[in-house]
Amino acid sequence: MDGAPGPSGTPVLELDGLSVALPKTGDRTHAIDGVSFSVGRGEIVCVVGESGSGKSVTAQAVMGLLPKGQLTLSGGSIRLEGKEVTTCTPAELRALRGARMSMIFQEPMTALNPVERVGAQIGEVLEIHTSLSAEERRNKVLDVMASVHLPDVASMIDAFPHQLSGGQRQRVMIAAALVLDPVLLIADEPTTALDVTTQAQILKLIAEMQARRGTGVLFITHDFGVVAEIAQRVVVMQHGKVVEIGTRDEIISRPKAAYTQMLIKSVPSLEPPSRTPKTSAVALAIEGLSKTYVSGGFLAGKKRVVKAAQNVSIEVRRGETVGIVGESGSGKTTVARCVARLIDPTDGEIKIGGVDVARLRESALRPHRKHVQIVFQDPYRSLNPRRTVGASIIEGPVNFGESTADATRRARDLMTLVGLQPDALERFPHQFSGGQRQRIAIARALAMEPRLLIADEAVSALDVSVQAQVLALLDDVRERFDLAVLFITHDLRVAAQICDRIAVMQNGVVVEHGPTAELFSNAQHAYTHALFAAAPGRGVKFGAGIEATT
Amino acid sequence: MVGYILRRLLAAVPVMGIVAVLVFLMLRLTPSDPAAIIAGDFANDQQIAEIRTKLGLDRPIVTQFVIWVGGMLQGDFGESFFYKKQVAALITERLEPTLSLSLLAIVLTVCIAVPLGTLAAYKQGSWIDRIVMGFSVVGFSVPVFVVGYLLIYVLAVRLDWFPVQGYQYLRDGFGGWLHRLVLPALTLSIVFVALIARMTRTSVLEVLHEDYIRTARAKGQSELKVLVRHALANAAVPILTVIGLTFATLIGGVVVTESVYTLPGLGLLTVDAVLARDYPTIQAVILLFSLAYVVVNLLVDVAYTVFDPRIRY
Amino acid sequence: MAVADTTPVRPRASVLRQLLRSTSVIIGGLIVGAMVIIGALAPWLDTRDPAEVNPSVRNKLPGFTATIRDDDGNKVPVTYRFGTDSLGRDIYSRVVYGARVSLIVGLTVSLISIVIGLLIGLIAGYVRWLDGILMRFMDGLMAIPAILLAIGLVSVFRAGLFAVVVAIVVPEVPRVVRLVRSIVLSIREEPYVESAITVGTPTPLLIFRHVLPNTIAPLIVQGTFICAAAILIEAILSFLGIGIPPEIPTWGNIMAEGRTLFRVFPQNILYPGIFLAVTVLGVNMLGDGLRDVLDPKMERRG
Repeated sequence: MDGAPGPSGTPVLELDGLSVALPKTGDRTHAIDGVSFSVGRGEIVCVVGESGSGKSVTAQAVMGLLPKGQLTLSGGSIRLEGKEVTTCTPAELRALRGARMSMIFQEPMTALNPVERVGAQIGEVLEIHTSLSAEERRNKVLDVMASVHLPDVASMIDAFPHQLSGGQRQRVMIAAALVLDPVLLIADEPTTALDVTTQAQILKLIAEMQARRGTGVLFITHDFGVVAEIAQRVVVMQHGKVVEIGTRDEIISRPKAAYTQMLIKSVPSLEPPSRTPKTSAVALAIEGLSKTYVSGGFLAGKKRVVKAAQNVSIEVRRGETVGIVGESGSGKTTVARCVARLIDPTDGEIKIGGVDVARLRESALRPHRKHVQIVFQDPYRSLNPRRTVGASIIEGPVNFGESTADATRRARDLMTLVGLQPDALERFPHQFSGGQRQRIAIARALAMEPRLLIADEAVSALDVSVQAQVLALLDDVRERFDLAVLFITHDLRVAAQICDRIAVMQNGVVVEHGPTAELFSNAQHAYTHALFAAAPGRGVKFGAGIEATT
Repeated sequence: MVGYILRRLLAAVPVMGIVAVLVFLMLRLTPSDPAAIIAGDFANDQQIAEIRTKLGLDRPIVTQFVIWVGGMLQGDFGESFFYKKQVAALITERLEPTLSLSLLAIVLTVCIAVPLGTLAAYKQGSWIDRIVMGFSVVGFSVPVFVVGYLLIYVLAVRLDWFPVQGYQYLRDGFGGWLHRLVLPALTLSIVFVALIARMTRTSVLEVLHEDYIRTARAKGQSELKVLVRHALANAAVPILTVIGLTFATLIGGVVVTESVYTLPGLGLLTVDAVLARDYPTIQAVILLFSLAYVVVNLLVDVAYTVFDPRIRY
Repeated sequence: MAVADTTPVRPRASVLRQLLRSTSVIIGGLIVGAMVIIGALAPWLDTRDPAEVNPSVRNKLPGFTATIRDDDGNKVPVTYRFGTDSLGRDIYSRVVYGARVSLIVGLTVSLISIVIGLLIGLIAGYVRWLDGILMRFMDGLMAIPAILLAIGLVSVFRAGLFAVVVAIVVPEVPRVVRLVRSIVLSIREEPYVESAITVGTPTPLLIFRHVLPNTIAPLIVQGTFICAAAILIEAILSFLGIGIPPEIPTWGNIMAEGRTLFRVFPQNILYPGIFLAVTVLGVNMLGDGLRDVLDPKMERRG
């Protein structure tokens, strides 16, 4: 194991054979098992892994914040600046937390107390660990807020968290974490919940703070793009164990362990492959689509008009994948839901096979519904937990007059097609993993023999290795059934690999729209530029030199 | 802020309107003729007809409703069939015992239930939690009047610590007022302590799982401060909501408690009015209690703005 | 294509087994079961006619034994286990028979409230233009405190079992409506329901297949809480003398009768009070246990 100290002297954090036990009922005995690595002074170490790898548990163990009664430290040592932490009393641990080591979390939306002013929440750290006067505290809070580049700190210090954007809240969290200049900052997926442009700013800020203050950073993430962007050294974890430790370049370009190689290979490249433009028949033509929400009014408060989508026009041909890319609130999902007629568009046309379905009433719409199918983001909510997988798949065909026996026969074939056992039809959704459920959702959509398949962030909730498989499956069925695919995503890497053409949306408007390769190499609109520039790890090529091993 | 309160007020108006319609229609469903009740057992048809004209019962039903509502808006709730006096006056003299009882019960409840529930949540799964939860189920199940008579029998009849029944007006001395009110208020509050302790526990438990609690611990904050400054401050709104909603149950408890302790309040008036089929009084009391419920929940809504800055005006 | 997704997934423990592991469910179920048996077997539990008035044995203490002529004129010794009331009726028999009224009221009220509430709730959740009107009406009903609404309603009808049931059902219905409506509104947003929409499942089938099953567990839980509330309110109405006619033996009536002399004969309130409290406790515990297993997110409302 690589236990070498960081660039300058004694490591800030040393983990040695750290183990955390799970309650006895589970199928694993340990959440993490024999984890050893170190973080040097002023060094950024990324711990990377898929769900269940134990990366977050490692962070919680260091902070002494393991959930009581569920996880218990069962062995090994944690040394902060050479001092053993596992034997500290709760009071000693509290004195370290916030002062010598501090932590920021994934969800800046929920990590701040909603009923307390942000200045007070940063000042809380000073209240706990120092004896500064209120006046001194306020000045110090103002200083640290300015240092994380929050705007107009004099008024923002008295703002409540809900008045700030997600990125600003994460800056507040970072300010609170760094106000006492700790030697160790633990960042647990701090940018996962943020939009890509905000993520880039926060990553930049963390790197800046680390460089300026010499803080050691333990950065937990699942995203290899982020690793490539920020890490100096990388720890790869799987099933609670350390798989490999190395410098950033070693891990990304010359991974040794088979698991790391598989992970790196699964990361979609930001370089789109060359594709021949499709000239087949148009399956979906969206023209001038708008969706406006009006809320509030006389009794419910101030009237608000939200233009979720404005004058959107997109065409998808048979056998073609068209991506809609954008950040949260861009209106990409609104467009998808309008096309699937889960919501009623305010204006515009949605032509499916030449028929405008935008304004059809439910009864007239029903025959057209089978042509458009949708796969949702959350694999855990897209199947009715009370019904067997088979019942979910044949529901549609039976609605359209197919006999149960015929539909079941086809469902068995479809299960094989999506890579599952046909006898899985009799089982219930909870018996499947997330990736398997997404396969089932695809089978359900295919059972309708649609012309258009909408994938609404369909791979966003999946681990990177599973994501690669589901993407391959989607591409496979597109080709096999000559499907038109409308692919909604926030992930540029995924979009680069799967889409023939891409429409970039911002604030409900399509700002730019063209063939994928052209868009990536020669974006015209300023927002597209900003979006691409923000993609983490864009300068690093993934998977180089590991092709031979697979 | 003012706009928000105004809007909440306006939203309460249709609710009260529907209550008024419901209460009015309820009376009209009566199989018995109010005029015949007033006239008594020995009246002839002509006397009944006269009374009917006098009360306006011969007019179209919509007109009657409008007259009735119009009267109430000017403070005229009609004349009691049974007490032969203005309902408004009747209610005014019965107000003090009811208010005293309810307020004392609410204060007792909040002082006992909120700390108890918070403690139970913090020590989830411990013996304290089990006792609080156990008491909560029992407290919720034992009827108010059984508790009342039990307390009277033990503390008043046997031990003679408190007077058995009755009320002393506040103007006749605070000590006597409180002495006679302790048992009824205690009786009434048991159900609410059970309910609110349980809801406090649930709310605090929920908040304790929030990310900002973890943030506070990551800052090195002490557990007591985490509990008070972060958990309770955020649980305040749901707790307040429950207090507002249980106000309806409180009113039901007031009726029973006043009956058990023979406190001359609105609850006892309601029961007497029902037994005497005194419809104007029944109507007025139901409307008044409903209004109180709506107003209390309005106040709770307004109080949200103090506890939660996210509430939009 | 290879299947690499082999993440092991644990099966859920069966609901029945979870229920049988819950102390609340077992204790509550035993209490309720015992009360049902007592109510059903009342005539065979060594009881007398609960309405039989006997002026010669008025106001006797528990355990009093008298010699009474039976229907054939034979003198037989009779022990009044719980004593007698001021009309000389046997309290024990009245308490045992009282279980019948309480359980019938609890059961009918919860069944009727749930059926009506479910229907209105589904309509409110699915027929958008009716939603506003229905919910304003429900708000109005909810603004009248339940006991007052019940008191008002019994004052309108002639006193009796039917009037009491109606009077308790009316205030409970809006609560069920709210519950069902909120479930409908959240379930219709679920991706699996939206998937069913996109595969063309007609709305009635959609409600029956995907929405209704989600209401069953919360409604069972809500039903037990309504049952407990109904038993309590019936007892309160009878206790106040405005519920079921006094000659019918109900726990509330026995206590109402015992009020005047309770300083001397506290048992006239104590015995029916214990039965009432234990029954309501049993139903509540059953409800709590069911909720913990079936519907952990729900909480009791006031």
